[in-house]
Amino acid sequence: MTEKFTALHAEHAQLGASFTDFGGWQMPLKYSSELAEHHAVRTSAGLFDLSHMGEVWVTGADAAAFLDYALVGKISAMAVGKAKYSLICAEDGGIIDDLITYRRPVAADGTDVFLVVPNAGNAQVVAEALATRARGFDVVVTDASAETSLIAVQGPKAQEILLRLVPASQHALLTDLKYYAAVEVEVLIAGAGQQLLLARTGYTGEDGFEIFVANDAAAALWQALIAISEPGELTPAGLASRDSLRLEAGMPLYGNELSRQGDPFAAGLGPVVAVSKEGDFVGKAALVAAKEKGAGVSVGRRLVGLKGLGRRAGRGHYPVLKDGVAIGEVTSGQPSPTLGYPVALAYVDVAHAEPGSALDIDLRGKAEPFEVVALPFYKRQK
Amino acid sequence: MAKVAPELQYSEEHEWISREAGNLVSVGISAVATEALGDIVYVDLPEVGATVTAGQTCGEVESTKSVSDIYAPVTGEVTETNPAVVDDPALINSDPYGAGWLFKVAAESEGPLLSAQDYASKNGGEL
Repeated sequence: MTEKFTALHAEHAQLGASFTDFGGWQMPLKYSSELAEHHAVRTSAGLFDLSHMGEVWVTGADAAAFLDYALVGKISAMAVGKAKYSLICAEDGGIIDDLITYRRPVAADGTDVFLVVPNAGNAQVVAEALATRARGFDVVVTDASAETSLIAVQGPKAQEILLRLVPASQHALLTDLKYYAAVEVEVLIAGAGQQLLLARTGYTGEDGFEIFVANDAAAALWQALIAISEPGELTPAGLASRDSLRLEAGMPLYGNELSRQGDPFAAGLGPVVAVSKEGDFVGKAALVAAKEKGAGVSVGRRLVGLKGLGRRAGRGHYPVLKDGVAIGEVTSGQPSPTLGYPVALAYVDVAHAEPGSALDIDLRGKAEPFEVVALPFYKRQK
Repeated sequence: MAKVAPELQYSEEHEWISREAGNLVSVGISAVATEALGDIVYVDLPEVGATVTAGQTCGEVESTKSVSDIYAPVTGEVTETNPAVVDDPALINSDPYGAGWLFKVAAESEGPLLSAQDYASKNGGEL
């Protein structure tokens, strides 16, 4: 596979980033210490390059009805300006990707406009699946991933920093912006006017923003965000801290917790599946059957949070034991930098999935005690 | 580029040894290894009085991302462990050749060791 570079690659290299392959992209893993970057996001703010994520525009008279058919959520019920977490599933109910859909203002011709944001490694598969599913609908599916950059500012100081970028006349747009909503702002960056789509979304468990920007303005925006921040206020943060932050926030990662073989109910994403919405959608028959069977509730396995009682962390694919018998498997795990104890996400048999359940993780041959706890592990103080 | 302390000798598995009085050696892990591991959050050291064998695992270091074995670079009895790194494993990242030392061994024999020069050129380190 050819390695892809984001429009911000030179910025990362200049900041001394170490890089890693993620979904076919060379992405910054960390700039200095992943723990310092993690704590910076929890206490001040972090700056992330998420340009590897996909951006697929869906427009046309049938756009809402089409997304109701192509995704598992009831997208047509979204208000303009809102964002919604959803899944795209296969006919058998397997998860092709988890994604966020933004409903934008109607186009000049009066038709609906949506922006669908899939994960990096799935962007092409999702764009292709949407194009295939679009047959018979009056929609245009446009994959803008290659032209669009995405920069996130996450942390308690995120709003304060962005208010310095946005002209005062537009401050209310930002301060009034609700979680899971997006707005367009006009800003001046390096002397040039730029239109940015600013979303109050994120993957860290903190308040924060994700900013969609054209590739040719991405580096200028990145530099401007650093320039308007006080020293130590905004810390460039890589994928290592992004992973530990999302894990503390109990958020699933496609490829770890979610997969083509997994089902949404076992993953705790039952509420995302609108089984009762009118009309057919891809995967409906299989998902309705899984729900009726009690998948993830009374049969099979369920995704749970595990808190380590010792100091050792469970890692992906380590077996989860009950009295020495394997009853599950870790999907993600590491020492929680914020909480100070090991945390893990794991699929375990529903019989052992209730909070308080005492389990062990097989840590390279040694059983270490863990306890099932409610998710998320970490919740910010509002 | 990771620093390689010129006065030390190194194993293939990225441990360093420092010769103290008599046959006593201090053992730690190189900056090449700590940079690859990332932030170290837990360390499991051999017990004082235990015998370690050159080339065999005798402990573990755990970083935010992974777990790695510590291999004994020499054979002999462990005489002392560093309580500071158990309390604050980040010392292994911040000062791998100094305050981040791991344990001391009364060495009876040594495994294959590399000079700092050879270790650095082999592992992309900087003297």
